[in-house]
Amino acid sequence: MADEMKVAGYICTGCGIGDRLDAGQMEMIATREGRIASCKQHEFLCSAEGVKMIKDDIESGEATHVMIAACSRRAKTDAFSFGETPMARANLREGVIWIRPEDPEQDETTQEMADDYIRMACNEIKQMKKPERSAEQELNKNILVVGGGVTGMTAAIEASKAGYPATIVEKSDHLGGALAGFSKKVPSKAPYAEPEDTGIADMLAAIEADDNITVHLNSKLSKTSGAPGRFIAEIEGAGVTSEFGAIVQATGFTPYDANNLPELGYGKTPDVVTQLELEALVKDADGAIKRPSDGKEVESVVFVQCAGQRSTKENHLEYCSGFCCTTSIKQAMYFKEANGDINTTILFDDLRTPGAGGEDFYRAGQEAGVTFRKGKVSEVDGGLNVKFDDLILGVEDNIQPDLVVLATGMIPNSGVNIEAIAPKADDEDDAEIDDDVVAVIDAESILNLDYRQGPDVPQLVSGFTDSHFICFPYETRRTGIYTAGPVRRPMDVEQAKNDAMGAAMKAIQAAENAALGRAAHPRSGDLSFPKFRIEGCTQCKRCTVECPFGAINEDEKGYPQFNEARCRRCGTCMGACPVRVISFENYNIMTISEQIKNVDIPDEFDEKPRILVLACENDAYPALDMAAATGKVEYSAFARVIPVRCLGSVSTIWIQESLDSGFDGVVLMGCKKGADYQCHFVKGSEMAHYRMGKIGDTLETLSLEKERVAIYEVAITDIDKAPQYINDMAATIEEIGMSPFKF
Amino acid sequence: MSDLNQKMVEKYKGNFLQEVIDNVEEGETMKMCMQCGVCSGSCPLGPHWEYPPQHIFMLIRAGKRDEVMNTDSYWNCTSCYNCIARCPRGVQITHVMHGLARYQKTLGLTPKNQPTEKFSQLFWDNLVKKGRVNELKLGLSLYFMNGFGEGVKTAMKNQKLGMAMMKAKRMSPAEMFGGHGIKDPAGFQKMVNKAHELEAARIAGEES
Repeated sequence: MADEMKVAGYICTGCGIGDRLDAGQMEMIATREGRIASCKQHEFLCSAEGVKMIKDDIESGEATHVMIAACSRRAKTDAFSFGETPMARANLREGVIWIRPEDPEQDETTQEMADDYIRMACNEIKQMKKPERSAEQELNKNILVVGGGVTGMTAAIEASKAGYPATIVEKSDHLGGALAGFSKKVPSKAPYAEPEDTGIADMLAAIEADDNITVHLNSKLSKTSGAPGRFIAEIEGAGVTSEFGAIVQATGFTPYDANNLPELGYGKTPDVVTQLELEALVKDADGAIKRPSDGKEVESVVFVQCAGQRSTKENHLEYCSGFCCTTSIKQAMYFKEANGDINTTILFDDLRTPGAGGEDFYRAGQEAGVTFRKGKVSEVDGGLNVKFDDLILGVEDNIQPDLVVLATGMIPNSGVNIEAIAPKADDEDDAEIDDDVVAVIDAESILNLDYRQGPDVPQLVSGFTDSHFICFPYETRRTGIYTAGPVRRPMDVEQAKNDAMGAAMKAIQAAENAALGRAAHPRSGDLSFPKFRIEGCTQCKRCTVECPFGAINEDEKGYPQFNEARCRRCGTCMGACPVRVISFENYNIMTISEQIKNVDIPDEFDEKPRILVLACENDAYPALDMAAATGKVEYSAFARVIPVRCLGSVSTIWIQESLDSGFDGVVLMGCKKGADYQCHFVKGSEMAHYRMGKIGDTLETLSLEKERVAIYEVAITDIDKAPQYINDMAATIEEIGMSPFKF
Repeated sequence: MSDLNQKMVEKYKGNFLQEVIDNVEEGETMKMCMQCGVCSGSCPLGPHWEYPPQHIFMLIRAGKRDEVMNTDSYWNCTSCYNCIARCPRGVQITHVMHGLARYQKTLGLTPKNQPTEKFSQLFWDNLVKKGRVNELKLGLSLYFMNGFGEGVKTAMKNQKLGMAMMKAKRMSPAEMFGGHGIKDPAGFQKMVNKAHELEAARIAGEES
């Protein structure tokens, strides 16, 4: 009997819903117009008693699908949680009574709003199915760690501690990366006063002693294919091919090439060194630190901060590498420890000491007698004369030290910039993608992914791998592959270790989720995945190109191949598909179409326009909910708000259908796009803007004004703007008049 | 006195910071200066100094001894303590300013005719005579600081005020003759001399 659909509706009359709205009328609409099997009212639906009523109905088979007309779908999610039973929610509280004033003259339009939401929910639920979980993969607990520096070592150790065997692939002949060449590191513990042991030896010992950690030195990945839960990596050098559940990419950085800085004396004299070269000098020194040119003991040393960094000059790095200020303080302390009389001067523009102990360590440097001067170095000549502008005193000055140390930055080892070589869909122009990569990184691929979208994870700016800085820093645009350490953003040792722990944890989650057939972040736990009707597919490749996560490959005939575990369930493929053959069991073209079609459109002369609002469920929809919760905001009673997974999932057919059926305006609200995007699916909002840029043609064929469709970027905090955009559309309609398409 | 200056130059060999730490009251605290400039911004007279406190600290860190030891900037400090109250790094700025002034005077480097320095000297001289300040004499010495003619002029200008103070018994012309002092002037002199001795010994000790 599983196939027979029985939709049960439940209308809550609590929270003032029953006082403001006619629940009897809504119940009648649900059963007569919505044609659902049953509908009940309850005065406190989210109470234990109310929830029990629903659960009993589900158990007894009275309800296979549930329609709840109460508060927003974002509220009371714990109470209204019925496992895999499909559920639709009509938002009568935040969506109706809280954003409409209590005024008898407005009651009619407020009730109409509620009635429409009931119709919409009843018709949406009928298009939803119980999701079948993806069964493409089983649990594979092995974690592949690419890169054996401090980040990779930490990730492997942490994964192993949690019970997940780790395999490190390291291209050089030793573990430890850059840190292995250091004498000491910036302190990680209170009182943050002295440089401390690097800890590399301890980590090496831990890895050595751990049977769950496999290390392949002098190796790299010649091919990586599959998806979370079933990655297959061919490890060249070790000559093995293994299966992994998830991947942590900790490929670190390449030091900036100081040969680009002749103006700072590099190359002119061996006594101008980089920070990494100084580490080697210190490591080799037996007692006093001697300068390379003539072996003279160093009596005074100058550190030049931001050497070739934070600069827009050619071949310079635009960004701050974040680790160099504390490193210079640490290195000045090497000298002070050896001999307190050595003059150590740090010439900085802005001294930045990130991390919990950064400021304390700076103070410790001051206590130790390190001189900090705010100055911009203009030149270091071959005679080691350091010329600079003192920015405090406003004078030009110079120092003649025995050694000059340049604080040069880090360049991420992120492999190939796949967007620069990406194949494009037929009619796509590339104006949106800005390739402001500063330094050219060797174009050898690191992961050699066997993905249609390119061999490495996508980059964002300056070669750093893309991730969502605010909400989910370790998530790359390739599900199950997590980047950590300086390949993701410039950082110091402590930050890299924290990063490694975070990424290892995400990798473990990804492997577990894949085994259960569930989505990873941000729709964690979603069991649905995209399915497509092969008969309808025209092999246009839009879905494979536009999927922000590279989830879709193509088979030899050009049909899409969904790798279910790579999918984040945003629906961008669904929005992209011109023939609408892609759908999710619980979210598809019809779930939204049916909502649009079942809004009651009053006659043109009623002066009651209808505005369709498609709001991103991650930011815009909650912003509207929160605006309602303030009790101070109202928006037009003519608006009908439908949450979408991502603006990227919006099909243009929805816009067309709504205008065809007499809607007067359409407002789309998605997240911020661009390099500082806030879109939870990275490219969804951008794709939507791109597609909507072309909606003008559709409007023209319908002889409708362009102003009837508006698209906005809304952040979750925009609780004033989001309602305002709806009201703006209402004002626009008042100005340009009602749609002529009302029948 | 400039012999002492020469000795100090040789002793510290360009490590001016150490010289300040060793010889200036609370000089040690200025190591923690982070050049935020709150002291200069808080100083009511800051804009009129050749080098405001922030610059003085920077000059010290940069080893610019001549600039610091030849300016009269810190003589302008009025001890309002705004800077100390606001310094996020606990630098005892007011004390350091007075300490620098005193050290400059010890080295004999104070710029000529620095009015604050002159007043300070007059005040001190007046004080050590009897162990307490004779206000009448201090006032008169200030009037005549810049010569007899100007002194008479200033005195005449303040004549009315002076008479009123005498009527109200706030000032006694008898103070002109000897004036009253403390109970044990000899003991007080001994104490001052001992302090001088200790100070001299400290500098001598450091020289070795």
